Amino acid sequence: MRVVKAMLRQPSALFGLIVVVVVVVMAIAAPLIAPYSPDNQMFDGLTLEGAPMPPSDQFLLGTDTLGRDLFSRLLFGARTSLVIGLVANGIAVAIGLVIGILSGYLRGFVGGLLMRFTDLMMAFPALLLAIVLAALLRPSLWIVAMVIALVNWVQVARIVYTETRGLVERDFILAERSLGAGHFRILFMHILPHLMPTAIVWGTLGIATTVLLEATLSFLGIGVQPPQPSWGNIIFESQSYFQAAPWLVFFPGAIILLTALSFNLVGDALRDILDPTQRGRG
Amino acid sequence: MFKSWLRNTTIATVVALTPLPSFAQDTPQQGGDIIVTYKDDIATLDPAIGYDWVNWSMIKSLYSRLMDYEPGTANLIPSLAETFGVSDDGLTYTFKLRKGVKFTNGREVVASDVKYSIERAVNPKTQGPGAGFFGSIKGYEDVTGGKTTTLDGIAAPDDATVIFHLSRPDATFLHVLAINFASVVPHEAVEAAGGDFGKNPVGSGTFVLKDWTIGQHLVFERNPDYFVKDMPHIDKFTVEVGQEPLVALLRLQKGEVDIAGDGIPPAKFLEIKNSADGPKMIVDGQQLQTGYITLNTKVKPLDNLKVRQALNMAINKDRITRILNGRATAANQPLPPLMPGYDKSFTGYAYDVEKAKALLAEAGFPAGFETVLYSTNTDPQPRIAQAIQQDLAAVGVKAEVRALAQANVIAAGGTEGEAPMIWSGGMAWIADFPDPSNFYGPILGCSGAVAGGWNWSWYCNQDIDKRAVAADSMSDPAKVAERSATWGKIFTDIMADAPWIPLINERRVVAKSLRMGGADNIYIDPTRVINYDAIYVKQ
Amino acid sequence: MALLILRRLVQTALILLGVAAITFLLLYALPADPARMIAGRSATAQTVANIRRELGLDQPLLVQFWAYLQGILHGDLGRSYAQKTDVGALIAARIPATLALMAAGILVEVVLGLTFGIIAALRRGGAVDKVVMMASFVGVSAPQFVVALLLLYVFAVMLGWFPMSGFGTPAHVVLPAATLGILGAGWYARMVRSAMIDVLNQDYVRTARAKGLSSARIILRHALPNAMLPIIAMIGIDIGQFMGGVVVVEAVYGWPGIGQLAWQAIQQVDIPIIMGVTLVSALAIVLGNLVADIIAPLIDPRIRAR
Repeated sequence: MRVVKAMLRQPSALFGLIVVVVVVVMAIAAPLIAPYSPDNQMFDGLTLEGAPMPPSDQFLLGTDTLGRDLFSRLLFGARTSLVIGLVANGIAVAIGLVIGILSGYLRGFVGGLLMRFTDLMMAFPALLLAIVLAALLRPSLWIVAMVIALVNWVQVARIVYTETRGLVERDFILAERSLGAGHFRILFMHILPHLMPTAIVWGTLGIATTVLLEATLSFLGIGVQPPQPSWGNIIFESQSYFQAAPWLVFFPGAIILLTALSFNLVGDALRDILDPTQRGRG
Repeated sequence: MFKSWLRNTTIATVVALTPLPSFAQDTPQQGGDIIVTYKDDIATLDPAIGYDWVNWSMIKSLYSRLMDYEPGTANLIPSLAETFGVSDDGLTYTFKLRKGVKFTNGREVVASDVKYSIERAVNPKTQGPGAGFFGSIKGYEDVTGGKTTTLDGIAAPDDATVIFHLSRPDATFLHVLAINFASVVPHEAVEAAGGDFGKNPVGSGTFVLKDWTIGQHLVFERNPDYFVKDMPHIDKFTVEVGQEPLVALLRLQKGEVDIAGDGIPPAKFLEIKNSADGPKMIVDGQQLQTGYITLNTKVKPLDNLKVRQALNMAINKDRITRILNGRATAANQPLPPLMPGYDKSFTGYAYDVEKAKALLAEAGFPAGFETVLYSTNTDPQPRIAQAIQQDLAAVGVKAEVRALAQANVIAAGGTEGEAPMIWSGGMAWIADFPDPSNFYGPILGCSGAVAGGWNWSWYCNQDIDKRAVAADSMSDPAKVAERSATWGKIFTDIMADAPWIPLINERRVVAKSLRMGGADNIYIDPTRVINYDAIYVKQ
Repeated sequence: MALLILRRLVQTALILLGVAAITFLLLYALPADPARMIAGRSATAQTVANIRRELGLDQPLLVQFWAYLQGILHGDLGRSYAQKTDVGALIAARIPATLALMAAGILVEVVLGLTFGIIAALRRGGAVDKVVMMASFVGVSAPQFVVALLLLYVFAVMLGWFPMSGFGTPAHVVLPAATLGILGAGWYARMVRSAMIDVLNQDYVRTARAKGLSSARIILRHALPNAMLPIIAMIGIDIGQFMGGVVVVEAVYGWPGIGQLAWQAIQQVDIPIIMGVTLVSALAIVLGNLVADIIAPLIDPRIRAR
């Protein structure tokens, strides 16, 4: 309760919280809100020449290149994209954090091995893995989430590793060590809090990039398959129409931006409330 | 049948006689440099290997062959050959070569070069995709089987004479001698290139490759010694590769580019079409292409004829042409309208949802069924697949769309029992040569219905196969019309078995700058896409 | 130090071997037949079989992989299936453009990221900070293709300041590098900002401030070097990623980089090119990380190289 109250006092955090709630409600209640079926290619959804329709009373945000209602597709697309942006990206950041801390903190053989493993994973052709999986497996949301988690953790690990190496040599950590503090205590009480800003940066900016990455993977056949909408594939399908039908790029782009930004505002506020010494970072 | 074919040919002939009907006041100008753009790299300019629609037209212009076509038409004419004769049994073809034709390395083209070039195309070591086209030449099996490297069936008794002995009559043989794989190359240049002939081509065509900067551009200059006077018209063309089609169009509108080879992307088409200069920039014409959905006759429930017929009635083809901004027309048979043998009177299966539902119920699927529809993943193919998916849903058939990279779709199609339905868009490239037989063997005949084959319906009708062999044996030139009619009937009879849903005939759309001259049909040449020999710059 | 680098180079070779093995296995598992792709629609079954045999694709996996490794040891990356020429030459022809774009792109990212990151950190919580944060989200959320085309449209088509397409002069690199910079600077700005704030909060910086040192001096001498650590790591990551090719940006600006080569090869199942590009970009990634690890102790001497 304390947390919620504290949050309500910050206007930016409040804004973020509202957007997050709205997006989640959109995803859950999509069938109730959507004016049309997201897959319905309506005959009057295209002009006689076959061009998509701009926003109007009939189609709130316009239609796409198959004559489907964009608003309805964005509502249903929230389901896919939230899973990708939150779950897949969240797992990636978590794995990256753990491996990065361990390899930066543990010296000698184990730490080196972990980092070389990270290097190997980073050098690994992820797109190719996606293509092979797409051809071998039935494409689904969970497979694409898994691939994204598998691909994205390495960069986080790399950054966290470097930061941890800097942290472990700082005076306060050295002091803790000389006082005989356990590894566990040092890692979680002293190093992890300093890494939270990095985790928040990657956890929130990553929402936007993974949502877009999902579209690339869908294109290669591994993600959600047509006609199921996701914010990423709505943009991807219509990006070349940005002049002829700007609404097809603007609205999905705006909602991705807004969602990622709002999670960032909420994340910052949460950390400020829970750990006042770190105020303003992130 | 006969009449409609005749009319097509007549139109084609008229076009050929007056090469510039839409710019009748112009005469082709000599000179000028132009710039052409493509997205993909040029794979190879080796005529025994190159087999995609981009390098096809460049190879056509770099080399010459015994036979060729009048620009913009499907009419065969002798090219490197001066005259030719066919024996009464259709098994012996004798060609007399033009005198004084030189390769661009300076050496004269002689009969043994023709023999060498075709043997090279057939030799497995070359890894050429076109070997099979020469299957009717005597001794073919011995070469492909690796027993020898010379074809018994080709003789070069003197420098000016080439004689072909066939093991069976082949009505398409003159077309075969006009395809790229039959291009004449000098053996010394092939050997000197040491396996890189595709990057260092030497021929006797209208153009010479002057420079190839990998990943950036290729420069072609006119061959001043080409054996037809005033051919080609332009002095030079530069092909810039790696150019995104949308950007290529922006550059074309700005005057930096003369031909956008990849055509106009859907996102830009209406804007250009409706612009002031649009009609002068767009070349929009029929090509020898049919887009179809294969219905796998070896997968349940598509093995049921009634189901296949029902699906044929379920697709709203007009809506699909609208999605393509009207750049296609609805198809009802495998052959495209420009192909000899196309049956104008054939109506096929009309769009009728109620009848489709009734047929499905008759077949025992009143509630429909679930299936999978494969498609390639480049725009607009997944969109068309989704339109098909919606139409199928309307008759109760739930199709899962799987949009994959082209290679994976091809692999799935060639695996028995794997892909129930495939939308061919993006893969059904234009015909190798303008003859109806080209639409049968590999994609509808028994020989293609094998693992790794291209007959993704796995349709094999022995009776039709026999009729196809018979039609291809009608090599007497006097029977051309009769043969086309025979082929036409074969294709309409195939539709009774409904192994395909013939969907649309896509038109080809090329964008060219205002200074480019020449009739539309040399930018959408049925045998070479862009005919670099015939285009010219208006001064 | 020399020993360390030697050890890391040996590890690099092992990583490359691992990448090569995994990639080879993946391509082998891919249900797509390169021989079929080359042969096209009209080839007979026999033609396809002949092509497969000539390419050595009928051999067992291990035999193929062994032959490939032997080639690599002799500096031979094999021959492209579709282009019928040396993969080494195809890749080498695209290295200059790839390197140029990589360097220019990272430069723009770092300059933008450092500038705005530092400003935001110093004006923490203020309007400038909020604008920078907002902008970083806009950059990261924007689809590459659209950003690239918009820049092209405004600066090349409408204003005519830069050429629309191609490679060769410094003017050509401006727009592609700006695109990469705009898309990626957000990450740098946010990382710089949070690292700077962390450093500015530390005791020794507070002490320095208390001693009356000017803020410019504090930033340059104390705060910035520490904030550079994660930035160095990010540059290492970007070197690797940009060396693998930036497909969309290259395509829009007609930039002859490795990305376009790789993308076409993947679509044509041109295994030798895919392998070659994968190995080159893997090498770049590992070297990029190695350089980052070596530079880190130079910037922050407390870190020991390992």
